[in-house]
Amino acid sequence: MTDRYLLADPAKRTSGVNRQVVLPFKKSLEISFKQIRVRFFRSLITTMSLVLAVSFLSFASVSTDVVNGMLATGDPALRQALIHAGYDIEPDATNVGSSPKQRWIIILSLLVCVVGIVNAQLMAVTERFREIGTMKCLGALDRFVLRLFLLEAAMQGLTGAGAGAVIGAVFSLINATLIFGTVAVGNVSWAQVALSVILSAGAGCLLSLAGVFYPAVLAARMQPVEAMRIEQ
Amino acid sequence: MASVHHIVRVSKVTKTFHLGKVKVQALKGVDLNIAAGHYISIMGPSGSGKSTLFNMIGGLDKPTTGKVFIDEVDIAQLDAYELAWLRCRKIGYIFQTFNLIQVMTALENVTLPMIFSGMHNDAATEKGIRLLKLVGLEDRFLHKPFELSGGQQQRVAVARALANDPAIILADEPTGNLDLSTGEEIIALLKLLSRERKVTVISATHDIKMLNVSDQVVWIRDGRIEKIDEREELSISVGRIGVRE
Repeated sequence: MTDRYLLADPAKRTSGVNRQVVLPFKKSLEISFKQIRVRFFRSLITTMSLVLAVSFLSFASVSTDVVNGMLATGDPALRQALIHAGYDIEPDATNVGSSPKQRWIIILSLLVCVVGIVNAQLMAVTERFREIGTMKCLGALDRFVLRLFLLEAAMQGLTGAGAGAVIGAVFSLINATLIFGTVAVGNVSWAQVALSVILSAGAGCLLSLAGVFYPAVLAARMQPVEAMRIEQ
Repeated sequence: MASVHHIVRVSKVTKTFHLGKVKVQALKGVDLNIAAGHYISIMGPSGSGKSTLFNMIGGLDKPTTGKVFIDEVDIAQLDAYELAWLRCRKIGYIFQTFNLIQVMTALENVTLPMIFSGMHNDAATEKGIRLLKLVGLEDRFLHKPFELSGGQQQRVAVARALANDPAIILADEPTGNLDLSTGEEIIALLKLLSRERKVTVISATHDIKMLNVSDQVVWIRDGRIEKIDEREELSISVGRIGVRE
């Protein structure tokens, strides 16, 4: 086992075969950021689907918070207004959840979003075959490539999901104000709204990472020879 | 002559590709010893197994049977980490299509292998600048690849190949995408580096211009080595070589 680490010529600059190849985290972050910046428009489109899906999720979630806030006042007039607006409220209920139909629509929209991300990232991987191959020829390990793609997706995910969650919440509040007046916003529990926004954003980040995982593994496992053989 | 250090030893190598149901034997038993510090050209028509042999020497592909030793290390025995290390430290690659990373500047392209090898950022930048000066691009550090001409891009690639002071530079048709005079400049640069830095340069080529600077020319045909010409024989028979390709 040890003899293959020894060199025939001890005078050489580097001795034997070692295994230390590194890519510092800061550098990976820098490379991923550049990749996004260069393909800004494309990243924007990928991120856009995430923004839409997450803002829908956040919208629904914050709307429920608003309704609960209004119910919590115990004012019968507000309860009447809610029923009039189409909410199914049991006579003695003090809060409402999302309806099954609403949940299905949200799940579907998130699924569509993941499919979109997988598609976009697969394209990004195909487009960068040669670049990945080159990096591997320069000594990059599988996990460097994986990390670059995951970081890129995480950055897109954070921006997209963050923006989506805030946009959804704001629209939901505006919507409630237009329907019920300022009383809707006045009674809402802001802690609940913040929780909804954070949960939506977190879900969006997870979706973004889930969507990139398969394409990134595909890229990382690629053999440099195959990558170089592809004509561009 | 007894103690010639062979940086690359290829021993009874065969390589079979499976293309669907068809088996194609690209290499049919190749033996080759390459002495350290030499400038070698591998010549052969396309489909001769030239690129396959080339990929083996570069540790990019493993032989079906036989052994490839780089610096007396059998590459078939190496795991993924050791192979990556080998590619990073021992071998510098130069490609026909330059293959610079498009989103990075010339300097960042050159420093990337040094970052992989664990060099500190400032030291890497300093060395990168020195290497770019060496290849004659002192005023183009911060240009992106698409802002450079083909010849300049290939110079950046040469600098990148030198980043970790490799023992071997593998150049796959380095002049294939360049015009005549730019190609000659790159060849001259490679020759200079091979002589001054004692780097072994191995290039696969169709380019007759490369023969004049080679210490050894390996002719490949049909997956076998047809013959190996030494430098002295070459200069005598250059006219004949010009005719045969």
